[in-house]
Amino acid sequence: MRPAVTMVETAEGPEEPAKGPVWARPAVLATGLVVALAALVLMAMASVALGARSVPFATVIDAFLAPDGSNDHTVIRELRVPRTLLGLGVGATLGLAGALMQSLTRNPLADPGLLGINEGAALGVTLALGVFGLSDPAVYVWFAFGGAALASVMVYSLASAGRSGSSPVRLTLAGVALGMVATAIASAILRMDSQTFDRMRFWLTGSLAGQTADTLVRLAPFMVAGLVLGLLLARPLNTLALGDDAGKALGVAVGRTRALTGVAVTLLCGAATAAAGPLWFVGLIVPHAVRALVGPDQRWVLPYSAVAAPVLLLGADVVGRLIARPGEVQVGIVWAVIGAPIFIVLARRKRVAAL
Amino acid sequence: MNVRLGPYSVRLAPRALLAGVALLLAGCLVAVAAISTGEFTVPVPDIITALFGQGTPVAELIVSKLRAPRVVTGLLVGAAFGMSGAIFQSLTRNPLGSPDFIGFTAGASTGGIIAVVAGGSAMTIAGGALAGCVITAALVYALAFRGGVQGYRLVLVGIGANALLLAVNSYLLTRANINDAATAGAWLTGSLSGRGWDHAIPVAIALAVLVPVCLYVARPMRMIEMGDDAAKAMGIRVEPVRAVAIAAGVLLSGVATAAAGPVIFVALAAPQLARRLTRSPGVTIGASALMGAVLLTGADLAAQRLLAPTQLPVGVLTAAIGGTYLALLLRKDRH
Repeated sequence: MRPAVTMVETAEGPEEPAKGPVWARPAVLATGLVVALAALVLMAMASVALGARSVPFATVIDAFLAPDGSNDHTVIRELRVPRTLLGLGVGATLGLAGALMQSLTRNPLADPGLLGINEGAALGVTLALGVFGLSDPAVYVWFAFGGAALASVMVYSLASAGRSGSSPVRLTLAGVALGMVATAIASAILRMDSQTFDRMRFWLTGSLAGQTADTLVRLAPFMVAGLVLGLLLARPLNTLALGDDAGKALGVAVGRTRALTGVAVTLLCGAATAAAGPLWFVGLIVPHAVRALVGPDQRWVLPYSAVAAPVLLLGADVVGRLIARPGEVQVGIVWAVIGAPIFIVLARRKRVAAL
Repeated sequence: MNVRLGPYSVRLAPRALLAGVALLLAGCLVAVAAISTGEFTVPVPDIITALFGQGTPVAELIVSKLRAPRVVTGLLVGAAFGMSGAIFQSLTRNPLGSPDFIGFTAGASTGGIIAVVAGGSAMTIAGGALAGCVITAALVYALAFRGGVQGYRLVLVGIGANALLLAVNSYLLTRANINDAATAGAWLTGSLSGRGWDHAIPVAIALAVLVPVCLYVARPMRMIEMGDDAAKAMGIRVEPVRAVAIAAGVLLSGVATAAAGPVIFVALAAPQLARRLTRSPGVTIGASALMGAVLLTGADLAAQRLLAPTQLPVGVLTAAIGGTYLALLLRKDRH
């Protein structure tokens, strides 16, 4: 089988890493990561406190230390905390998935939502819930994995079919086409079953609301597995960035690295979609911003993406809760409204293929 | 094979002609089947008498008030989608470059939903859809313009617009009151049910104007497919041709969406299926139009009869067409 990505032949050899700018030194980058983690903690606290019914921070702390069963405490413990943890998990998985995909495909426009992988997973979940009547997240997540894996394989085959080989534009278009087909089939299934439709309407646009703590507990092991596997791949992906031949010469098992990255992406996207529906652009924009900040080293890009994405996802979720009080706007909608213009700006750049 | 007539000459490809005739026949067959069968069967001879006002009152009502306008709308809308798809696939040089994916259909949906929420009649909804499509296309074109519009930039900007508009659409749907949401939801699936002559006639007028335009730009577009520089070298004014082609494609898909709702995947599948049938080297406007008409009316017929008496929206069937088409692309190009 030929590789899914055509090689970009460039004259780059292994570079001397040591003499970078000040901000690219490991100590500075490590400090930055700690700062990002702190921002994540702050954002998580904001996500617990703010909403249709905002609660003072003191009450939030009381709810953890001395729950008294009052209305506020119940809202926080039963709704806001699971929702925030879900946002953390989904953000981290999608951020990392996007960074992995951009590195693997050398395609700066790769995003789990844009390339149809999240939609494939969503179709799997819809089948499981709507047709087979499964309700255990730890069971239907396997349908999400199946859908995500199938979608990834199909997208790469579609994009690299024909003579000209795969390019960012072909890949993106193939992904969008596949995603639209998957979504159309999913909505057709839902339309025939009004009960499931009611339950899944908001999920299908991407939402952190309406999932119980139990769902989170059932899905967490898959998310953690994907995160660990993904982060472990940083070093071989760095080497593969030099090209397949150089990578092979430097001792990286090219096929195995690709396959493992595929497994990690499937785990991450499947679990995230099973939890929050098909979200777009989270995995696109965060790795872009991170690369602009920390440079091309995957050992930093991957963890930064995994930390920065949930900060932004939770932020968008809080915004969605605040702008439409007492209702709320699904986080998927907020993200698309923020993400689409950024995507257009990226697409307007001259060298789309530059990574 | 060239046919010369005074100063004019037409190049004829027998295979393409044969395919065209076959598609025409298929279209007629589907149309007759759609008009004649159903809960109340009208025998084929009665269709003709009914159309000329000579049949029984019941047959006349069913044929000329209910079934014929629906079939005619389907044929016209399908043809419009097919041509629109052919134009955009040629411009983007990609068999997936369809107005469904680059924001135009989503923009038409946004316009339609806004019209529904504003309490508009069927005609206002159609107008809203057309306006939404044209405005979106103008914005995408402007954003993609950098000393000319490259196909790939049009695609990428369009994909961004598509994502944004889909989000706006779901936002509008969640904020609308339950009745409006139901109306808009039904319209959004795309349906030909309940279409009367007042839907068919505007599409017919638009086609009468736009088909000549499409045929006029078809030839230079063939050249542009070979690359801007090559086309320029052959004396084609690339940007004007492209602008006219985009305008025609947008109007076609806008008018079609206004009449039948955002039926996706017909514009995607028709041009390539037609290309395979005619064995032509690139997508062709005429064959794509015929294929689109056959696909949409065929899908509509299947939607009415497959699970009868339950009526499926035609959009469900065309989604299946889209999936099959992608699978076909995968299979065909795998060697």
